[in-house]
Amino acid sequence: MHSTQAEKVPFLRDPDKLAILYQLLTVIGVGLLSYYLIANTLANLERQNISTGFSFLEREAAFEIGETLVTYSAADSYGRALLVGFLNTLIVSFIGIVLTVILGTILGIARLSSNWLVARLSAIYIEVFQDIPILLQLFFWYAFFYEILPGPRQALSLLPGVFLCNRGLIFGVPVWHQGFQYAILALLLAVVLLFFLKRWAAARQAASGKIFPLFRVGLLLVTLLPLLGWWLGGAPTAMSVPELTGFNFRGGLSISPEFTALLLGLVLYTAAFVAEVVRAGIQSVGKGQREAALSIGLRSGHVLNLVILPQALRVIVPPLTSQMLNLTKNSSLAVAIGYPDFVSVAGTTINQTGQAIEGVALIMVVYLIFSLSTSAFMNWYNKKIAIVER
Amino acid sequence: MPQTAPPRSAADVRPPVTNIGVLGWIRANLFNGPLNSLLTLTVLYLLWQALPPFINWALVDSLWFSSSEECKAAGGACWSVITANIRFILFGFYPHDLQWRPLLGICILIALLLYSQNRRHWRPSLAWAWLIGLFSMGVLLMGGIFGLTAVESTNWGGLPLTLLLSVFGLTAAYPVGVVLALGRQSRMPVVKSFCVVYIELIRGVPLISLLFMSSVVFPLFLPEGVTVNKILRAQMAIILFTAAYIAEVVRGGLQGMDRGQYEAAKSLGLNYLQTMRLVILPQALKIVIPPSVSILISAFKDTSLVVIIALYDLLKTTQTALSDPKWMGFSAEAYLFVALIYFVCCWFMSNYSRRLEKELDTGR
Repeated sequence: MHSTQAEKVPFLRDPDKLAILYQLLTVIGVGLLSYYLIANTLANLERQNISTGFSFLEREAAFEIGETLVTYSAADSYGRALLVGFLNTLIVSFIGIVLTVILGTILGIARLSSNWLVARLSAIYIEVFQDIPILLQLFFWYAFFYEILPGPRQALSLLPGVFLCNRGLIFGVPVWHQGFQYAILALLLAVVLLFFLKRWAAARQAASGKIFPLFRVGLLLVTLLPLLGWWLGGAPTAMSVPELTGFNFRGGLSISPEFTALLLGLVLYTAAFVAEVVRAGIQSVGKGQREAALSIGLRSGHVLNLVILPQALRVIVPPLTSQMLNLTKNSSLAVAIGYPDFVSVAGTTINQTGQAIEGVALIMVVYLIFSLSTSAFMNWYNKKIAIVER
Repeated sequence: MPQTAPPRSAADVRPPVTNIGVLGWIRANLFNGPLNSLLTLTVLYLLWQALPPFINWALVDSLWFSSSEECKAAGGACWSVITANIRFILFGFYPHDLQWRPLLGICILIALLLYSQNRRHWRPSLAWAWLIGLFSMGVLLMGGIFGLTAVESTNWGGLPLTLLLSVFGLTAAYPVGVVLALGRQSRMPVVKSFCVVYIELIRGVPLISLLFMSSVVFPLFLPEGVTVNKILRAQMAIILFTAAYIAEVVRGGLQGMDRGQYEAAKSLGLNYLQTMRLVILPQALKIVIPPSVSILISAFKDTSLVVIIALYDLLKTTQTALSDPKWMGFSAEAYLFVALIYFVCCWFMSNYSRRLEKELDTGR
């Protein structure tokens, strides 16, 4: 609403004009600061004879990396070395997130158990592991591998064929065979079938009200089809079992102490936080919901699937996302225990080339990509499960 | 003749022994159902396997004040690695004769924390007490005035450095965080977008990349000849990092404010600054005190990351003590000790935040 007569508002009292002034001042302030910093930086770089730009990525890296998922040698370029680091970060975060969600869920449910002992122990675990810095935990597990665990000759045998010693975790794996390829293809087929089956079952239930035992049929599909593929492929059973020859193990798959220590530290630390998230989610669903669902005659599996979980997940997913991101960001601490993740490789690159700005910028961009893509995915998921209001 | 049973008082009818007392409790909490019984037995078995050997190692067979040779010969825990190096672990390279100064500083800080714990002590004068306390902590560490010998900041280390980085970090980050949160809520698009970009950028990257930046990139930003010492640079990185997280917490508080509060303030004729200072922030900041304590906890834990840029905080001094060939191989004991320090501090803070949450949760 405008005042009827043309009242003259003094400039300093007109919020709209003031807003423009403030924003102008902010832009000028930020602009001047950036100009100052950039000018200083350029002058410093010129004085130290450092060229800017990313051309260093094509130069020869000349350092070895202990663990690589793709082929890499010291003769490869810095770009390739950074790719190796990137993949290492990716794999440790991925495995870490999967294990953390599993362990965290178990702990969160245990925390609410009616069994006093289990609930207490779980509470103690959560409190202790949350309150000790992740870096300290990583150092501890690293020392655990190198100082406390025995050498390969006295390796601890956790299960038959699984050994733990100061060379890492070593276990048997099946020898690659054509049969496994069939099994994987069959698994993919089962997943596709399941997807269509689910749509068909939903449509049938909507039309006729008949409930299709989707879970049991699905379980049969995903187990039987790959087994069939494996059997058709010749039913290979050959295993590559680790055997002690001389001072080390031969055969099997060995995972380095650095990787295992990093994974152990990240999972045990983050699981404590995930447990709290899961607990809060379960507690957020009122007792009445469960009772109401049971009283309208749903079976306990349906109560969980149709009533409890959809509501609990709505509370769990957002904080769970941020815990997953925390795990990914914390995996950068690998640099402290010598696992060649992205930050560690980038750090070596910075030291060797002196391209500090580009190196740090690369680190930031990589983690921003992780963060933004994860939160984009989670926003999509969140929208999908959000309450549909009228 | 009809006979009636003599009336029995309620006291005579007692529940079965297995439903009350210790037995009843055990039944109700540990053995209610086959699954729970199995679980209890499994857990008890595992505890039986793990606890006695651990107690043997940590307490029965342990050595507390011995030389490293004796430790290497014995089978138990070697706590001597801590008792022999305690001053180095706690104070780093701080001159030996002057270590009472950081100790006094820590005592002042703990006294202030304990005093501020009680909400009845929250008066404006407390803020001054904190200011004076932090200032005297700085003076005690630095020296150079009041007849105290000056100590170079390169010699600071151990627990005082850890506390310094986290407490000063949070104190300085709080105002910045509040400004960022207000900026993010602002209706001015330019200001808002700057704040959003800053907050999301910082929250998206790990602290370690900022610490790298402070140690290798920041010197390039400065004009020729100007240098900023390493601790201050790390401190700035921690402040910039923490501020973004505080901003998000404060934003939560601001969003929890009722629209009516803004409208009422406006109708009283208050301008933006007055509205914020007198009406909104006092209420919003009260809501966010418990999550702010959580931020203090993570800031306290995160300071351990300065190890990676080679500052001698509590963790780094411990590692240095362990790199002495005499004490090599006793990492478990030393790390357990440091973990205990961190745990006690964090546990104290998180308990406090939980209690505060209950106390502040009035009405609604």
